[in-house]
Amino acid sequence: MEKFNTHTGLVVPLDVANVDTDQIIPKQFLQKTERVGFGVHLFHDSRYLDHAGTQVNPDFIINKPEYKDASILLAGENFGCGSSREHAPWALQEYGFKVIIASSFADIFYGNCINVGLLPIKLAEAEIEQLFKLSPNAQLTLTVDLPNNTVTCGELSFKFSLNEFQQYSLENGVDSVGWTLNKLDTIKAFEEKMPAWQ
Amino acid sequence: MTISTPKTMYEKLWQNHLVEATEGETPLLYVDRHLIHEVTSPQAFANLRFHNRPVRHPERTIATMDHNISTRSIKIDAAGEGAANQLRALAINCKYFGIELFDMGHKNQGIAHVIGPELGLTLPGTIIVCGDSHTATHGAFGALAFGIGTSEVEHVFATQTLRQNKAKTMKIEVKGHVGAGISAKDIILAIIGKTGSAGATGYVVEYCGEAIEALSMEERMTVCNMSIEFGAKAGLIAPDQTTFDYVEGKEYAPKGEVFEQAVADWTNLKSDADATFDAVLTLEAKDIKAQVTWGTNPGQVISVDGIVPSPEDFNDPVEKESCVSALNYMGLTAGTKMTDIQVNKVFIGSCTNSRIEDLRAAAGVVQQYEGQQVVETIDAIIVPGSYRVKEQAESEGLDKIFTDAGFEWRLPGCSMCLGMNDDVLEEGDRCASTSNRNFEGRQGRGSRTHLVSPEMAAAAAITGHFVDLNA
Repeated sequence: MEKFNTHTGLVVPLDVANVDTDQIIPKQFLQKTERVGFGVHLFHDSRYLDHAGTQVNPDFIINKPEYKDASILLAGENFGCGSSREHAPWALQEYGFKVIIASSFADIFYGNCINVGLLPIKLAEAEIEQLFKLSPNAQLTLTVDLPNNTVTCGELSFKFSLNEFQQYSLENGVDSVGWTLNKLDTIKAFEEKMPAWQ
Repeated sequence: MTISTPKTMYEKLWQNHLVEATEGETPLLYVDRHLIHEVTSPQAFANLRFHNRPVRHPERTIATMDHNISTRSIKIDAAGEGAANQLRALAINCKYFGIELFDMGHKNQGIAHVIGPELGLTLPGTIIVCGDSHTATHGAFGALAFGIGTSEVEHVFATQTLRQNKAKTMKIEVKGHVGAGISAKDIILAIIGKTGSAGATGYVVEYCGEAIEALSMEERMTVCNMSIEFGAKAGLIAPDQTTFDYVEGKEYAPKGEVFEQAVADWTNLKSDADATFDAVLTLEAKDIKAQVTWGTNPGQVISVDGIVPSPEDFNDPVEKESCVSALNYMGLTAGTKMTDIQVNKVFIGSCTNSRIEDLRAAAGVVQQYEGQQVVETIDAIIVPGSYRVKEQAESEGLDKIFTDAGFEWRLPGCSMCLGMNDDVLEEGDRCASTSNRNFEGRQGRGSRTHLVSPEMAAAAAITGHFVDLNA
């Protein structure tokens, strides 16, 4: 996993609540055995007017030319609800997003983001509202500083928090499987004490 | 003598599985059972191969083919090239890593959350994970069961553990008894209607109360299955004699003395009487009516004798806006009686409602209509959850009841719940579905899903609209 330190980027505001994983990446695009090829299908049903994905929907905010270089997605509450498909953060990441900011995320989606190195930031609802107000017409560029847990734009600065180990993992690009494999002795000791039925 | 603090069932399960809680690290939990399928596993296997890592306990993982498969043919190529590639990859990976696989047409094949319980792979007191959010189903047994992403699938393969932050706890008590004709689906939809679609985000929910205790294992699975639909990490029901009777004798369940020891351990799992929960929700069972969703998330639900709500009915601006957009997508007008909504597709199946009791309930309703047929303009399909369910249903003659009435009797699989195979709705189709999600485009781009019980779906197929069966 790539290390995450700081990131400065353009914000695209998607002011919709309960954006589910079926909207982020519809099921017909999950039929891959590789980790790539999902970005082009991100938000497919909103982004394209036709089923085949050949006609771009000019009204969908992410398609507007002024947001073409956006790398921070500002979203409504309960972002990423629904399925456990990691294809959702893969698609967001491959499209070019480095950070997702919302007032709340669905649990599985949030964990999946951390595991792939896409930074999910929870801010208070009032802060989110403030950002939405500042974001139209591609006017909002934010700097996200992970080591200091801040989101800043000029004078404006918000604090966010992450679980300690998740923060460490993102900052250091930890191979989580390798990390746990170093603890095999502890796992084996646990297994020896398990009851027979387990 | 030390007096231990009272614990919830979740806390007991957590404690029993805690491998390590090192300062500065997310706690490490042991995973007893891992269910996998073709869609969320290939990239995890690929990473194992890349790092040259083995699956640490292949015997703790069971694979099935369910998400992508055709419900018309057992041929691996029958649902298109992409599906076939994933199915073949699963077979190759299972062989290479030594994992038992129930492949196309195997007697044990079926939806992961249907076969786990029916084979005795699902046991109380265990941690069960699967790269699928409806893993919460297994919580019906008092197992801590939750959906995971592909990176976590890889972590479980390699280590048989997962890192998990401790969730908050919520108790949902359903007091008293539900009225005649009220199903487990109605109970869980009514709960979600109360909490909203994100009401339990960050929580593990424990369902309890007389109405829950009275449920069969199949019904409990329906309740726990939809825990994720209001954001819960997992749903739990305390194991009791109903649970033990169900598990005993199942193919993969412990036998003899080991089973007896297991039951003794499982009996102690229930939350201590004075355990405290972070949140408590109480419902009166007698108030629960048959439910139908009207919107585009499972929290947008109302009783079948109600009317389509108006944005004005909501005070919260987000809910108000969601209502506007849902009515627009669903093509509904506020004030319309739910029983006046006409459907043109019916789907009975999915990990929520494809078990034998669901099929019996649906067949029972069909029989109540004495010889009446599925409306000519409606396509109605019945997709059993597994080959075992299919066989049992056929031995009871349920398939005949359905096909005589004009339903299609299909092969097991996830099917139209998510439409990864060719069981997809067309734009504008309106479906009475026993599945778990009514998201925009879930069953097909531009299609409209109404979540209901198997009884209501069967009645809708024969009458063409939603029916209040208890009126």
